Amino acid sequence: MLLRLMPTVVLALLAGPILAGVAMVLLPAFGHLPALGGETFSLAPWRELLDQPGLARSVSISLASGLITTALSLAAVLLFLAAAADTRLDRWLHRAVSPLLALPHAAAAFGLAFLVAPSGLLARLFSPGLTGWERPPDLLIVQDPWGLGLMAGLVIKEIPFLMLMSLAALPQLDAPRRVALARSLGYRPTIAWLKGVAPALYPLIRLPVYAVIAFASSVVDVAMILGPTLPPTLAVSILEWFHDPDLEKRFLASAGAMLQLGVTLTALLVWWGLECLARRLGRGWVVNGRRRGGEHWLSLTGRGFLVITTLTAGLGLGGLALYSVAGFWRFPETLPTTLTLGHWQTALPLLGGPVTNTLIIAASATLLAMLLTLATLESEQRSGRRIAGLSLLYLPLIVPQIAFLFGLVVLMETLGIRARLALVILAHLLFVLPYTFLSMAESYRCFDPRWTRLALTLGHSPNAIFWRVRLPMLLASLLTAAAVGMAVSIGQYLPTLLLGAGRIATVTTEAVSLASGGNRRVIGVWALVQAALPLLGFIIAMGLPRLLWSNRRGMQGAP
Amino acid sequence: MLQYRPARLTTALTCVSLGLASATPLAASPNLDDWQAVREQARGQTVYWNAWGGDTRTNGYIAWVAERMAEDHGVEVVHVKLDDTSTAVSRVIAEKAANNLGDGSIDLIWLNGENFAAMREHELLYGPFTEALPNFALTRPADNPEVITDFTLPTEGFESPWGKAQITFYYDSHELRGDSDELRGDSQEVENPPGSIEALLDWSRANPGRFSYPRIPDFTGSTFLKQALIALADDRQPLYAPVEESDFATITAPLWDYLDALHPHLWRGGRQFPNSGPELRSLMGAGELSLAFTFYPSEPAAAVADFELPASTRSYVLNDGTLGNVHFVAIPFNSPNKAGALVLADFLLSPEAQAHKQDLAVWGDRTVLDVAHLDDATRRRFTIDADSPAMLPPEALSRTLPEPHPSWMTALQEAWQARYVAQ
Repeated sequence: MLLRLMPTVVLALLAGPILAGVAMVLLPAFGHLPALGGETFSLAPWRELLDQPGLARSVSISLASGLITTALSLAAVLLFLAAAADTRLDRWLHRAVSPLLALPHAAAAFGLAFLVAPSGLLARLFSPGLTGWERPPDLLIVQDPWGLGLMAGLVIKEIPFLMLMSLAALPQLDAPRRVALARSLGYRPTIAWLKGVAPALYPLIRLPVYAVIAFASSVVDVAMILGPTLPPTLAVSILEWFHDPDLEKRFLASAGAMLQLGVTLTALLVWWGLECLARRLGRGWVVNGRRRGGEHWLSLTGRGFLVITTLTAGLGLGGLALYSVAGFWRFPETLPTTLTLGHWQTALPLLGGPVTNTLIIAASATLLAMLLTLATLESEQRSGRRIAGLSLLYLPLIVPQIAFLFGLVVLMETLGIRARLALVILAHLLFVLPYTFLSMAESYRCFDPRWTRLALTLGHSPNAIFWRVRLPMLLASLLTAAAVGMAVSIGQYLPTLLLGAGRIATVTTEAVSLASGGNRRVIGVWALVQAALPLLGFIIAMGLPRLLWSNRRGMQGAP
Repeated sequence: MLQYRPARLTTALTCVSLGLASATPLAASPNLDDWQAVREQARGQTVYWNAWGGDTRTNGYIAWVAERMAEDHGVEVVHVKLDDTSTAVSRVIAEKAANNLGDGSIDLIWLNGENFAAMREHELLYGPFTEALPNFALTRPADNPEVITDFTLPTEGFESPWGKAQITFYYDSHELRGDSDELRGDSQEVENPPGSIEALLDWSRANPGRFSYPRIPDFTGSTFLKQALIALADDRQPLYAPVEESDFATITAPLWDYLDALHPHLWRGGRQFPNSGPELRSLMGAGELSLAFTFYPSEPAAAVADFELPASTRSYVLNDGTLGNVHFVAIPFNSPNKAGALVLADFLLSPEAQAHKQDLAVWGDRTVLDVAHLDDATRRRFTIDADSPAMLPPEALSRTLPEPHPSWMTALQEAWQARYVAQ
């Protein structure tokens, strides 16, 4: 009974705040916000928005970055999985997934910037020896007007995410047997995987792919570090308008937020169109009977791409670590002239409280999210039909945070809720739940129904099947989803600050406020601290199934 | 089924709110005529002070203030670290929108200029209160109008001065003088950094790609536009009145000619600009720029101490002076701990707190007190430590230009964006 109500409870608990949040964007977008003197409805904010210089360019870059980033990351992941064999390099690349996923987006972006900027590590490595540069060259590399730097930074972070989602889904597909079958028909290994496994895998990772599109088209922090500046992407412009001391700009910002919602939806729609196209074109390719065309080239691309992005992220992280202990570091010296632990010594005494808060919030939000996710999915399984309206859960991923959180704060203030910690956990839940849900949903829904039927015929109750068959067999996906949830929670800045009224300091609130000072050494320290916590979660998620199922090879889940 | 959902949601949330809401009574507004009573009332309060947290030195100073407040006044001060002051402004607006008129979550905000003008205009601040602070008299507002004027707007007692900022240029003397064997040392002309806005153009021509300013609408970048406009405008007077009262196009024409000429010689050929003042400093440290500026005169010296800039960094102010302003603290209208916030604002103005703040080893932010009129013993605490060669000589900051009316900033920002964005 309780279980049957779960989906409704989840929707009521989450859709309410979300819709209230969105309404609080919609109203000011049409000029209504009495607290700032907007008493009537008008189209003025939209007219002002359309008059903004460079708006078309901002929008096209947001759109392009959503689509191109996703296409590149997905292609790289599929090609790599197709080409991966049990070589040492491949195992190493598999293992690198979690640390990369744990790395906060902003830290990865800083890492990339520190690496490829004209005064970055690479230039230092080859200067002045090979390049003859005594000073950093005046080159437009990061923050280029075409958004290439932005897309590169996003690809580095989205590949591990899609990879992890794929690895979590793959065990259900029995990929090795599919490949073996195709190979027995004479297909080369990579082609066998691409034709035999990929078409079955894609539906399982479709929601994560959509999340990547939404994220890449509306991301703020990475775009501020690596994105174009004249004009910046739409999401960054919106943030600037919201931050403008001229409070009238908030109407403009709200209209911009609605436009951003439209841009993200457009990107999703275009992708959906591409999916249809790919399905039509791909069907012919899958069954055309060619068994080796491009094998070598495809496998080289997949691995090459992964090696480059992993190395880049690794070197970037190394750069951050180096900066965190650097004394003065003049160009073109490859290493800092002096090393110091001073930056760490300043930071360490400040860590205790924030780390505790971060862990309490992340653990509670993730636990709640996992309970709600499992209850909803299980209730769906038992009723045998998909629940309508669940897509509302994804709203927090596509509405720009800053716009929608404002509405949430107003709602909570109106209700007089002052329990800061509980509020922050609830706010994190809004962002954690979509991710745990999309990490779990497809593997749960596609769980081979024959297991359930088999258990039923053996006389077990649905509850027993849930606890003794489904949960254990889905343990790897479950833990992965929890680790992703933890990472999402740990990375939240605005929800923590606004709903906690700034009274709950986490590692991320400290890191972001310090990063605004632009001190690379301090950024290095806090980025490493910020990456260390989620990493812990991923290590547990990866290690536990192996430990528990050390006697069952097929149950060890994601490698 | 569907129509029941909203009802259920409300019930659920009401249950939550009943369970969790704390029924805090509206805190009585302090009686400003009786300072002793304010101090009594403040004892035991917790003051949430929302202040930018991007600088470890500033954070360290605020932590010291919190310690002293607990010792002397029994007030607990919590520093809410922000990446941007507007986040706090958002919070106050949200509370006002939700009709929270007496139990806000912010007790004190560090702000000035446009943020103050906006909060004042929308009646988000408490006051007037500054006259009630015993230490406020030490600023001698009658002789020092800058402590009661924020970007030409009279503060009318709604914000209390805290520190002083002034545009300060800095450069790597090692490099400009050319006495490093690894850097070029061919010219005597570059020995002296440009002393005026006009000279800056010539300097940039001779040193292409070595200077830039933060992208508008950044605060520091916008200040550079105002600085240039003041230097280039034929008549400065209109700048100190609302922009609507003058012919914007005519007055700013020399500025756009200047920028059109300057941009091709800037960093990245003027096709890209750094994001913020701190990023200018990062680029200086990385060697991408040779000349930069900041709003905080002690920043270059502090950055040298933190290994961000080379020890050969030197600071100076343009020959005709640079823009300067005072930064303030203000109390939101719905702060429940106004007495505590008042005592904190007063402590920030005490000679002890002001002298400690000015100490370069602590923060290096300049005092707003009229030091010349303090008694001898107190005055000695304010002697500027000139040990760091990166520090500006104290007398340099006497050449301070007042900020134009805030409406000029907005107008310049919009005109700049229309002209240079998406070109």
